[in-house]
Amino acid sequence: MVQLTLPKNSTVSKGKTWPRPDGATSVREFRIYRWDPDTGENPRLDTYYVDTGDCGPMILDAILWIKNNIDPTLTFRRSCREGICGSCAMNIDGTNTLACTKGLDEVSGAVKIYPLPHMSVVKDLVPDMNNFYAQHRSIEPWLKTTTPEPEKEWLQSRDDREKLDGLYECILCACCSTSCPSYWWNGDRYLGPAILLQAYRWLIDSRDEATGERLDNLEDPFRLYRCHTILNCAQACPKGLNPAKAIAEIKKMMVERRI
Amino acid sequence: MADAKGAAERPLSPHLQIYKPIFTMVMSIVHRITGVALYFGMAALVWWLLAAASGPAYFEFVNGLFTSLLGRLVLLGFTWAALHHALGGLRHFLMDFGSGFGAGARNMLARLSLVVSLALTVAIWIVAYMVRGG
Repeated sequence: MVQLTLPKNSTVSKGKTWPRPDGATSVREFRIYRWDPDTGENPRLDTYYVDTGDCGPMILDAILWIKNNIDPTLTFRRSCREGICGSCAMNIDGTNTLACTKGLDEVSGAVKIYPLPHMSVVKDLVPDMNNFYAQHRSIEPWLKTTTPEPEKEWLQSRDDREKLDGLYECILCACCSTSCPSYWWNGDRYLGPAILLQAYRWLIDSRDEATGERLDNLEDPFRLYRCHTILNCAQACPKGLNPAKAIAEIKKMMVERRI
Repeated sequence: MADAKGAAERPLSPHLQIYKPIFTMVMSIVHRITGVALYFGMAALVWWLLAAASGPAYFEFVNGLFTSLLGRLVLLGFTWAALHHALGGLRHFLMDFGSGFGAGARNMLARLSLVVSLALTVAIWIVAYMVRGG
């Protein structure tokens, strides 16, 4: 459902300003969304100052620097620090991206960091991903076949393998889905760009034999057709993929199988 | 995690409030708004036609409203709303064929829908004034 404003318990109040680091020559300002489940308070925006002379070049380096040097309670997910695990997806400078692949030099002025938009917040920059993963489960993201298994592997021509390029690279970070206004308003029923891109990845896999069944599962006014080509997804994807295009291809398959 | 807050008490993270206005998103929002505006514009058009059908006196009154300065401004807006919405429709039609999704293409198409709709609006009004003679 469309609700343009935030619920009462979610409005962001002015937070605390943490002291500047001593003896730093180059300092960068960060404004970071905080929410502590252990207090009954609303979320707040805390201000931190990072000594960029003492920290790495990426946004993730900076928030780790804050955690190590200023405020150990700052909570966020991170793992691989090289854009392959998708853990550190967050809203940086107004767009969703991975903190580990976004350079400090790509943002001008104070760096504003929020959790992925329109998500239930577990703590600080950590959103609840349960619905997202359940939706991924719902498209059955594995090879489905009915013919007897070959003696060795399922073979695929080079041309057919190439059809997976631009799809298999998806790391399920949810940057695209949580950038999508349709997903904001109907995230409970609309699958969103990431999951639909994954769905298309299985639909066009030449080895998969459940194409019809998969399309049946998507033929729904909400699951697929809430995409209104707003295109925030394609803009947000930190891997340079194009979920909007994948969704359009699914819509085309829906039409094509009817004629 | 034993005393972690349940899903019901958790805040919703900010969305529209903080998201950078992506040009294609802005054009999509404008497409919605112009779509709604067209409903009212159509009602106004029907009103004008009904007035024409109901007799000269009432038509004079309604036509007077439409040709007043405020009326013309509303009609100018209606012209642009119709054109922008129509071009947006064409853009979506093109995308239904799987084209226009590339980084350059999607932004250019969105920009075109704005620029062309504005240009056509001006052109239509210039022609209208020329035909009507002021």
